[in-house]
Amino acid sequence: MLDNWLFIGLFVLIAAVFPATPILINYFIIPRKPNSIKQDTYECGVETVGETWVQFKVQYYIYALVFLIFDVETIFLYPWAVAFDQLAFFAVVEGVIFILILGAGLVYAWRKGALEWS
Amino acid sequence: MEIWDQLGEWLANLIKTILGALNLPLDWNIVVLKLIGVVTVATFGLLLVILLTWIERKVAARFQDRFGPNRAGPFGLLQAIADMIKLITKEDITPSGADKIAFNIAPILGVVSVLLIWAVIPFSSVWFGTEINVGVLYIAAVGSFGVISILMAGWSSNNKYALLGAFRSVAQLVSYEVPLFLTLLVPVLLGRTMGVNGIVKAQDTWFVILAPLPALIFFISSLAEIGRTPFDLLEAESEIVAGFHIEYSGMKYAMFMAGEFLHAFTIAVLTAILFFGGWQGPGAAEFPLLGLIYLFAKSFVFYFLVIWIRTTLPRVRIDHMLAFNWKFLTPLSLVLLMVTALLEKAFEADALRIPVLFGANLLVLIITVQILRIVSKRQQRELKTFEPRPVAVPPPAEEVSA
Amino acid sequence: MTALQVIFLATAAMILFSAWMVVTRRNLVHAALYLVLTLFGVAVLFVLLEATFLAVVQVLIYIGAIAILMIFAIMLTRRVASDDTVVANHNAGWAAMLAVLVFSSLVIIMGAWSQFTTFASPLTRPGVPSNELGQEIVAELGQSLVDPDAYVIPFEVASVLLLAALIGAIVVAWQKDK
Repeated sequence: MLDNWLFIGLFVLIAAVFPATPILINYFIIPRKPNSIKQDTYECGVETVGETWVQFKVQYYIYALVFLIFDVETIFLYPWAVAFDQLAFFAVVEGVIFILILGAGLVYAWRKGALEWS
Repeated sequence: MEIWDQLGEWLANLIKTILGALNLPLDWNIVVLKLIGVVTVATFGLLLVILLTWIERKVAARFQDRFGPNRAGPFGLLQAIADMIKLITKEDITPSGADKIAFNIAPILGVVSVLLIWAVIPFSSVWFGTEINVGVLYIAAVGSFGVISILMAGWSSNNKYALLGAFRSVAQLVSYEVPLFLTLLVPVLLGRTMGVNGIVKAQDTWFVILAPLPALIFFISSLAEIGRTPFDLLEAESEIVAGFHIEYSGMKYAMFMAGEFLHAFTIAVLTAILFFGGWQGPGAAEFPLLGLIYLFAKSFVFYFLVIWIRTTLPRVRIDHMLAFNWKFLTPLSLVLLMVTALLEKAFEADALRIPVLFGANLLVLIITVQILRIVSKRQQRELKTFEPRPVAVPPPAEEVSA
Repeated sequence: MTALQVIFLATAAMILFSAWMVVTRRNLVHAALYLVLTLFGVAVLFVLLEATFLAVVQVLIYIGAIAILMIFAIMLTRRVASDDTVVANHNAGWAAMLAVLVFSSLVIIMGAWSQFTTFASPLTRPGVPSNELGQEIVAELGQSLVDPDAYVIPFEVASVLLLAALIGAIVVAWQKDK
């Protein structure tokens, strides 16, 4: 079984080397004439004001939170789907109950207005 | 089949001979063999990008009543190579105040996250990089490196637009991953395996017949994952210029674009594999080459569809985009998952299985359309009762001071 | 040394290095990115233990969701460009002592276990060919999750727990009045 993962392990290395190579070639052959205006932050020609850090909407964080919960719940269902042949009907119903509870979370978030982009 | 086995054996023996001559342990031949496989698949993936850029530009040009690239080489085929030469000699600008390490790693990570998917794609009955028992989850998992890459690029550029673009992208990507994971479950459930080649082998009847709606949801949320129109808010030119890769130039920019093109084709391949039978077709089990042709024929149909959608639809607004995901795709895929699971078990090994599952999908579609119609009617009624807004009334005093 | 041991040692070294960087970086975004590297190393360890499902879940949940959530939280609440985070406080000595204590007691306990120094043999199951073993194990996991004699109660309770977590998260993070 580990043979198959050896392939993936090597693939990770090669997949990183392949895009790194042209960037490295690029590094050696390009002209280099930096000046302060060229290296300035590009904001459509308007000079940048203050720090890059600005207060972002908390909404981004809420979406990531809801996503995390759904992600964890969905993971539980994958082994259940793989074992589908060996499951009795009530075992499938148990999985469906699991999904329903997941749905209840979505309904709560919806009613609460947490999915609203305001 | 036998020819390929013999070829593999011959190659293994050749490598053993070479290793023996170099006084290296013989069991390294497996590492060398795997390495050859890895380099083949990865090179194939990256060479594909050259072809894909040409196809995309040519097809998009036709949709817009233009010729597209037609100067370099026959039919402009060498245009991508000319672009590569141009990009590789471009000056590389690192903005002042950028975080150098994260700034340089991000484009590489972006390509890695897409290329890694190709490790488990079965090209035909016997040609695949590797067959792992958790293939589908693996495909979902490597996508998270792409999200990290976007966050790194956006943060390290020291640019407000880049950071805002990165935030938008990540909110979109993680949101659309929910229906994506839920619909990925459907082929796993129908095929009883998470192995990608196992899913293809299980499709004597294509899964799109058993689950047409999940296939559609998978395709739509994949479109959002690659950030193509109508979901290209991450690089809304009129708002935040180029989004998270605004400060990139030269080869690093090219790597982001290469990753994007390859990703667009990869989701076409994944749709073909998970729902449209992959390499399956008449005679594909006996002749691997035929399977490869089938897979790519199906994939290019979906790739064409991706370009078609891109050149046709306008961009959606961010609140619409998120509402479409959370209030439409996610509940619908939850319902479809439950319906598929229950009916698949109830009609297991029944001749009625295929018509029942197809009919259930149809029923869900009709109910969904009805609900949407009622909701839109109600919304229109609410719109009519709106007070007309006065055109030129000064805002209240306290708002001005704030 | 076998190839497996070399890979294990390299991965372990990488995990230790990046974990050290996580707690010592003054820039919180750097710390979070090193945390991603640490979590990836743990996934590699899972693969070496042939727990491939766990390895993929590790990447999917920890890197794909939790690390991103952390980076979001850092960027939302702090000045991202600032490097002035205080990484140690007056409890550092106590914490170090506690860590050494836990580590040494773990070593003592593990040393007393007879299996500690023996090599684990590769995973096998009678009657199952090795290339279908992974599939079999995941199927067994799925079966035991909904089996009344096994883990069906924890399975359903887990879903209720996650529902509670979702509600709690929304209540804490979401303010309607804005």
